[in-house]
Amino acid sequence: MGDAQSRHRRHVVFDHCRSRHLLELPIFGTICLLSSSLTVHAAVSALRKGNMSRCTLALALTVLLGTIFLVTTALEWRHLIYDAGLTIKTNLFGTTYYSLVGLHASHVIVGLLLLLTALLFSLTGRVTEAHSERMEALSLYWHFVDGVWVVVFLVVYVLGR
Amino acid sequence: MATVTQGMGAIGQTDQTPPATQPPRQSVIHEWLTTVDHKKIGIMYIVYALLFLVVGGFQALLMRIQLAIPDNHFVSPQIFNRLFTMHGTTMVFFVGVPILFGFGNYLIPLMIGARDMAFPRLNAFSFWLSAFGGLLLYFSYFAGSGLYGAGSAPDVGWFAYAPLTAKVFSPGHSTDYWTLSVLMSGIGTTATAINIVATVLCMRCKGMTLTRMPLLVWLYLVSSCMIFVAVSPLSAAQIMLCIDRYLGAHFFDTQAGGSAVLWMHFFWIFGHPEVYILILPAFAFMNEIIPVFSRKAIFGYPAMVAASVGIGFVSLSVWAHHMFTVGMGPVGNTFFVFATMVVSVPTGIKMFNWLATIWGGKVVYKVPMMFAAGFLFQFLIAGLTGIMLSAAPFDWQLSASYFVVAHFHYVLVGGILFSLFAAFYYWYPKMTGRMLSEKLGKWHFWLFLIGFHVTFDLMHVPGLLGMPRRIYTYEAGRGWEIWNLLVGVGALIQTVGTLIFVYNLIHSYFRGKEAGPDPWDAWTLEWFTSSPPPAYNFAIEPTVGSRRPLWDLKHPEDPDSSYE
Amino acid sequence: MIATLCKIAKFVTLVSLPAASAFASSPTNIFDSAASPARSIFSLSMLVLSVTLVIFLVVGGLLLYAMVRFRHRSHDSEHEPAQIYGSNQIELSWTVIPILIVVMLFLSTTRVILETEAAPKPSNSVDVKVIGHQFWWEYRYPKLGIVTANELHIPISDPKNPTPTYLEMSSADTDHSFWVPRLAGKTDLIPNRINTMWIDPPAPGLYLGQCAQYCGAQHAKMLLRVYAQSPEDFAAWVKQQQQPAQADLPGNALAEEGRTVFLHSACINCHTVSGTAATGRFGPDLTHLASRDTIASGPVQNTPQNLRQWIADPNVLKPGSLMPSMHLNDRELDAITAYLDTLH
Repeated sequence: MGDAQSRHRRHVVFDHCRSRHLLELPIFGTICLLSSSLTVHAAVSALRKGNMSRCTLALALTVLLGTIFLVTTALEWRHLIYDAGLTIKTNLFGTTYYSLVGLHASHVIVGLLLLLTALLFSLTGRVTEAHSERMEALSLYWHFVDGVWVVVFLVVYVLGR
Repeated sequence: MATVTQGMGAIGQTDQTPPATQPPRQSVIHEWLTTVDHKKIGIMYIVYALLFLVVGGFQALLMRIQLAIPDNHFVSPQIFNRLFTMHGTTMVFFVGVPILFGFGNYLIPLMIGARDMAFPRLNAFSFWLSAFGGLLLYFSYFAGSGLYGAGSAPDVGWFAYAPLTAKVFSPGHSTDYWTLSVLMSGIGTTATAINIVATVLCMRCKGMTLTRMPLLVWLYLVSSCMIFVAVSPLSAAQIMLCIDRYLGAHFFDTQAGGSAVLWMHFFWIFGHPEVYILILPAFAFMNEIIPVFSRKAIFGYPAMVAASVGIGFVSLSVWAHHMFTVGMGPVGNTFFVFATMVVSVPTGIKMFNWLATIWGGKVVYKVPMMFAAGFLFQFLIAGLTGIMLSAAPFDWQLSASYFVVAHFHYVLVGGILFSLFAAFYYWYPKMTGRMLSEKLGKWHFWLFLIGFHVTFDLMHVPGLLGMPRRIYTYEAGRGWEIWNLLVGVGALIQTVGTLIFVYNLIHSYFRGKEAGPDPWDAWTLEWFTSSPPPAYNFAIEPTVGSRRPLWDLKHPEDPDSSYE
Repeated sequence: MIATLCKIAKFVTLVSLPAASAFASSPTNIFDSAASPARSIFSLSMLVLSVTLVIFLVVGGLLLYAMVRFRHRSHDSEHEPAQIYGSNQIELSWTVIPILIVVMLFLSTTRVILETEAAPKPSNSVDVKVIGHQFWWEYRYPKLGIVTANELHIPISDPKNPTPTYLEMSSADTDHSFWVPRLAGKTDLIPNRINTMWIDPPAPGLYLGQCAQYCGAQHAKMLLRVYAQSPEDFAAWVKQQQQPAQADLPGNALAEEGRTVFLHSACINCHTVSGTAATGRFGPDLTHLASRDTIASGPVQNTPQNLRQWIADPNVLKPGSLMPSMHLNDRELDAITAYLDTLH
C-alpha cells in the first residue's frame, strides 16, 4: 500500500469536503427527494378526488424519485469508500457522516417499501377513496423523511464544510 | 349546571351484560394473549412488573449480604458488578415504567369516561414489546459473554458510561443485551405515551374539559409528553453505541477522539426526565387518594396543574446535575445548580397543596392513606436531600457516594413505591371486585416502613463518611461497617413486608371481602362502574359538570360545579 | 412512664455512641476538612443543611400536626368537612417564600463554585499529572522529573505562604474519579479530556480515599493514599524518587538473580524500572516500589509475602486485575521478590 497511497486518499477526503464539483451528486439527489414530496402530495390529492390512475402515476413517480435519491447516495458512498478511503471507522468525520446519511437512508428504504406496497395495491385496483387517510399518513412519513434530509444536508454538506 | 346525566343510572349499575358461564381455560389464556382491552393490558403490565420487582429485590438482597461486612467473599466482584447493573436496569425499566403505565392504562380511560385507549392494538403491541425487552435482558445471563466468563449479564452499570461500554473494555455481548433490551422497551414506552396523549386529548367524555379532568390524568399527560422528549436521546445514544461496537465508529471511542462526556449528556438528558416521568404518576396517585381519605377536594387544583406542567418543563433542563464532577466549568455548573434548585419550587407547591388538603379534613387512616402519609414525609426528606445535592460543591463530595444512592432510593422506594402500594390498596378492589385484607395491609405497612427507614435513613451515613457507590467490598477501618450491616438488616425487614404484600394480593383475590363499585366513597368516574368494570366500561357515555362527578351525584344540594 | 423514657434514652445513647464514634474516627469523613477546598464545601454544606433542617421541621411539623389533629374520630358527625378549593393568598406566599430560599441558596452556592473552580493558580504550586488506569493511579511530576504510582506525596501548604498541589488529571482507559474526602470534593478523570483540581493540606498526614467512578471489575480496590509531608520530608522524598534504581546489589545474590528474571520476563513490557531495560508504561512504575507502604493500589500491605503472592497470581488478591499471572516457579518468585524489595 505504502505511504503515498494513503496520503493520496487523505488528500481526496480533504478535497471532497471542500471541492465544489463533488456537491453535484448530493444536490441532484436532494432535488429528486424533495420533488418526491410534491408527487406524494399529488398522489394523496388525487386519491381524495377519486382519481385512481393519477394517484397510481404519482405514487410511481414518488418511488422512482426516492430510488434515484438512494442511487445517488450509493454512488457517493462508493466514491468515498473506494476512491477516498473514507469509511465509518476512519475518523470522527467518517463516523458522523456515515451515521447521519446512513440512518436517514434506512428511513428512506422503509418509506420506499411502504410506498411500493401502496403502489402495488394501487396498480391491482385495491386502493379506493376510503383509504385516503391511510395514504395521507404514509405521505406524512415521507414528508418527515424529506424534512430530516434538509437538516442532514445542511449539517453535513453546508455547515460541515 | 348539568351534573352526571340521569340516564346513567345509579353507581355501579352500568353492567347490562348477562352473567357469563366460566369459559374453558384454554380460551382464557388465548383471551389474555390477544386482548386489546386497556384493563387487561394494564393488569398484565402490573403483574409483569411485580415479578421483576421480586427479582430486582432479590438482587438487592444479595448485594446487601456481600456488603454486610468488609472484605466479604459472598459473591465475586464480577457477579456483584452484574448485580448492581441488573438491579438498576430492572427496577427502572422493567418495574418502574411498566407498573406505572399499567396503572395509567387501567385508569385513564375509566377516569375520562371512555371505553378504551385511543389505539388499543398499539397498546397491546407496546406491552408485548416491553415484555420481550425484559426477557431479552435476562436472557443475557445465558447468552451474553462478559469479560470474565461465558454467558453473563451486563456489568457496566445501569447508565452504561462510555468508554467502559466500548468493545475493548466490554468484549462479548453482555452490553449489547443491555442496549437492545432497553432500546426495545423505550419503543414500547414511546408508543404508550402516544396512546395516552391521544386518548386524553381526544376521548374525554361530554362535559369533561381539560380543567375538569382528574389530576391523575393531567399528570400522565405531562409524563407522556416528557417521554417524547426524553426517550429519543437515549435511543439515539444506544444506536450510536451499537454503531461504535459493531461498525467500528468512534462516537464514544476516546482512543480515537470520541467523547465520553457526550454519552453522559445523552444519557442524562434522558435519565433525569426519566425519574420525573416515574414520579409524576406517583404524584397522580396521591392526588386521587389524599383527597378521598381526607374527605376534602384537592386544594388548589389549578396550581396543581400548573405545578405539574412546570415540573415537566423545568426537569428537562436539569440533567447535568449528574455531571457536576465532570469538569464542565463554573458557568455550566452554575446554570445547572440554578435549574435544579428552581424545580423544587413547583414540587414544593404540590407538597403544600397536599398539606392544605389534609388540613381541616377528616382523615380516615385506612391502608391507602397510611402509605400516603409515609409518602408525604419521605418525599419531603427526599426532596431536601435533593436540594443538598443541587449545591454543586456539596455534590462534589456527595456525588457517586452512598449519599446519592440513599437519596434516589428515598425517592424511588420511599416516594414511588409507597405511592404504588397506596394505589394497589386503593384500586385493587376496582380491578378485582375484592378488598385487600386491612389486617395484612397494616402488617405490610409497618414492617415495610420500619425496614425502609432502617435501610435508607442509615444509608446516608456511609456516603457522608466517604463510601463510593458500586463497590463490591470496602476496607475495614473507614467507619462504614456498622452502617452497612444495619442497612442489610433493614433490607431483610422490607423483604418480609413485601412477601406479606404479595401474599395479600393472591389470598384476597380468592378470599377477599366483596368490594362493590365504590368501597371508598370516592368521587371520580372509575368508581361509577361495577367492580371489576365490564369490558366496555360505560354502557352510556357519561356527562360531567365538575371535577368530581360522583360528589355532585352524592351531594346534589352542594355540587362542586357551584364553586369551580 | 418515666422509667420507659429512661429506658428509651439509654437505648438511644447506646446506639448513638458507637455511631458518633464511627463518625469521629472515620479517615474519610467529608465533614472533617483538612484542606481549603474541603473547608469551603463544609461551610456551604452547613448552610444547606441548616436551611433544609428548618424546612423539614416546619413542613414536617405541619404535616404531622395536620395528620393527627384532623383525623376522623369515631364520635365525628357523618357530614363531610368543609370543602375548601384553594386560596390565592396562601398559594402565593408558599410560592414566593421558596423562590426566595432558592435565590439565597443559589447565590451562596455560586460563590463557593467560583472560590474553588475559578481560583487563580499561584506560581509556586507543585504540579502533578494524574492518569487514571484500570485499576491504579499514575503520578507524574513534570517539573521534578518523577514518575510514581498509587501513593501521592505532596508538600503541606502553609496558609500564610501557600504552596498548593495542582492536579492535572486524565485517564488512559475508562472514567475514574479522584476522591479524597478530607481534602476536596471529587473530580473525574475522563479519557481524552483534562480536568484540574487543587489541594493544600496545612497539616502533615496520610489522607485516604478511593476511585469514585465505576471503572470495571476492580473499581472497589483502586484506593487513594495522599501523603502530605513537611517541606523537608517532601524534599527528601523527591530526591529519593529522582534517583534511578541502584545498579549494584552488593551481597544480595538472590536479588541479582531476581533482576535477571525480571528483565527476561514479560514484566518489562508493562513496567518501568528507571536505569534498566524495563520501560513498559502499561503498568505502574516500579523504580521505587519498596518505598511504598502498599501495593495493588492500596488494599494490600507491601510485605514480601504479599508481594510474592501478588506476582504469583494477582487475581488472588484482586480478582479482575489486569495484571496476568506470570507463571513463575517458586525459585523465580523468591528471586523477583527479593529484587523488588531492593527498589527503595
